Amino acid sequence: MNRLIRLVTIAAIVLLTPWSARADVAADTLKVSTDLEKDAGKAQNEEKKLDPKEVIFEHLGDAYGWEVPFNHHKRIPLPVIVVDHEGSTHVFMSHHLEHGASYEHNGKTFHIAGKDSPYKGKVVEVGADGKEIKVKADISVTKDVAAILITVLIVSGLMLWHAGWYRRKTLLAPRKGLGLVELITCFIYDGVVRNTLGEKAHKFAPYLLTVFWFILIANLMGLMVVFPGGANLTGNIACTLVLSIITFLVTNIFATKHYWKEILWPDVPLWLKFPLPIMPAIEIFGMFTKPAALTVRLFANMMGGHMIVLVLTLLIFIFAAVSPAAGGGATVISLLFSVFMLLIDVLVSFIQAYVFTMLSTIFISLAQEKGHEDEHHLEHDHDHSSPGSAIMADSTAPGVVTTVDKEAAATN
Amino acid sequence: MELFTPDFGLVFWMFVGFAILFLILWKFAWPVIIKSVDNRAALIDKGVEYAQNAKLQLDNAQQEHDKIVGEARTKQADILREADRLKTQIVEEARNEAKTAAQKEMEAARQSIAQQQKQAEIQLRQQLGQLVLDVAGRVVRTNVDNSEAQSKLVNTYLDEIENGGKGNTPDTKKK
Repeated sequence: MNRLIRLVTIAAIVLLTPWSARADVAADTLKVSTDLEKDAGKAQNEEKKLDPKEVIFEHLGDAYGWEVPFNHHKRIPLPVIVVDHEGSTHVFMSHHLEHGASYEHNGKTFHIAGKDSPYKGKVVEVGADGKEIKVKADISVTKDVAAILITVLIVSGLMLWHAGWYRRKTLLAPRKGLGLVELITCFIYDGVVRNTLGEKAHKFAPYLLTVFWFILIANLMGLMVVFPGGANLTGNIACTLVLSIITFLVTNIFATKHYWKEILWPDVPLWLKFPLPIMPAIEIFGMFTKPAALTVRLFANMMGGHMIVLVLTLLIFIFAAVSPAAGGGATVISLLFSVFMLLIDVLVSFIQAYVFTMLSTIFISLAQEKGHEDEHHLEHDHDHSSPGSAIMADSTAPGVVTTVDKEAAATN
Repeated sequence: MELFTPDFGLVFWMFVGFAILFLILWKFAWPVIIKSVDNRAALIDKGVEYAQNAKLQLDNAQQEHDKIVGEARTKQADILREADRLKTQIVEEARNEAKTAAQKEMEAARQSIAQQQKQAEIQLRQQLGQLVLDVAGRVVRTNVDNSEAQSKLVNTYLDEIENGGKGNTPDTKKK
């Protein structure tokens, strides 16, 4: 019975993923065209008004409420939490604001700003004179916020399940699903964290493993188009920015004295750092480019994957507008390509989570280095190889940074 | 809801969500998981080492077995040889003992024979002396009062006879 349910779920996910992506956009487009048809006064050439950019960004972006497949009029309502310009907080459900409707809550009127407004797509307060007033703060549980909560639930569920297994069966290896969870965890822990950080692995492993699993699950959930998934969370710069800020903080808060010395007073000829602090300036700039590269890499990759699938799907409607035959051909081709791209995105989901974790680990480990003096201090020439290895590490460190920066530049 | 400019609400919730996730996993999941995985790795390492040792011992067991059997064989042969030796020794000893016993017996017999012979000789001598004295007394009937001197004389004669019948015996007899 259990197995049957699992099979059905997997089959549903596999089948619905590419199809509902299409269906969703199709419903969207149909709505556009039916609306236009209803508008009898408009000329026929206005049907070409289908704006692919608009459709794509609507699907990639955040929203109040969560779409359900095959129905573009109903959305899953989510709480809207806004602080109006006078400082009082309003909490209500998002379905009141659907389709541009205004909603009055505790004496204030709110609506979602239209396309032409500077606050496009956001909840704004409508003043007595009908003017839009920006709300002081908007911490609504939007689609992406709900996706964060779902991801948190899934990841903590998986890991508590995993930890529970070990509490019950101390030394037995888990099988099947939990075995996969452990395999991936150990792949990251042994292959990335412990290899790079060595004996300090246990100190940073909780953060790095959490980041990895959060990104991986968020990426995969983003690929599933129906309800619990479908939010383009890791393809939103806010999400990746927060993750890289945390990596930045962890890197610099736990950094060694040597790391700061290398930044503020690096081992270069004096003229490069004394009257004009050229090298320190470059190093400090480098401190910030690392998290910036992290942010953009994950964001761009995930958003790109989603965008390609959306564009491929939209091609059907663009070609269908030219001629039915072209539309038919485009359907077959773009469907095949969509499935192919989604499969690649599954791979990319894992790779990007892996890359983010790996780079975070490298950044943290670079800030954990001990200089020659420290090493002499600590070990009193106890181990003759360690000064040598420190020199080697020093010489490789800038190399790592430059390759990372190059990679970041390539991604950008 | 722009994609490229971070939205405050989303950043806020992302921090909160990630912090909650991190705290939960940091407190309840990662230590248990990492420790257990490490423990299991250690256990597996120990098991492999144990198995290798066991295999080594198994490989040695045949040799050990052969060695033990070989030793047992040599010991058995030794014991058999020893037993054989003991047997011969015991038989030899018994034989020797019997021989000495027999010799002793014979010696004793010889001695007793010699003694008896001596006694018989003495007896014979006494009787003979008496007889001779009687005969001589009857023949002479005279001057044979002093029996003591007579006996002495007879003994002297007898001694002479015993010592080879030489000397003046015929003279005495003639007398």
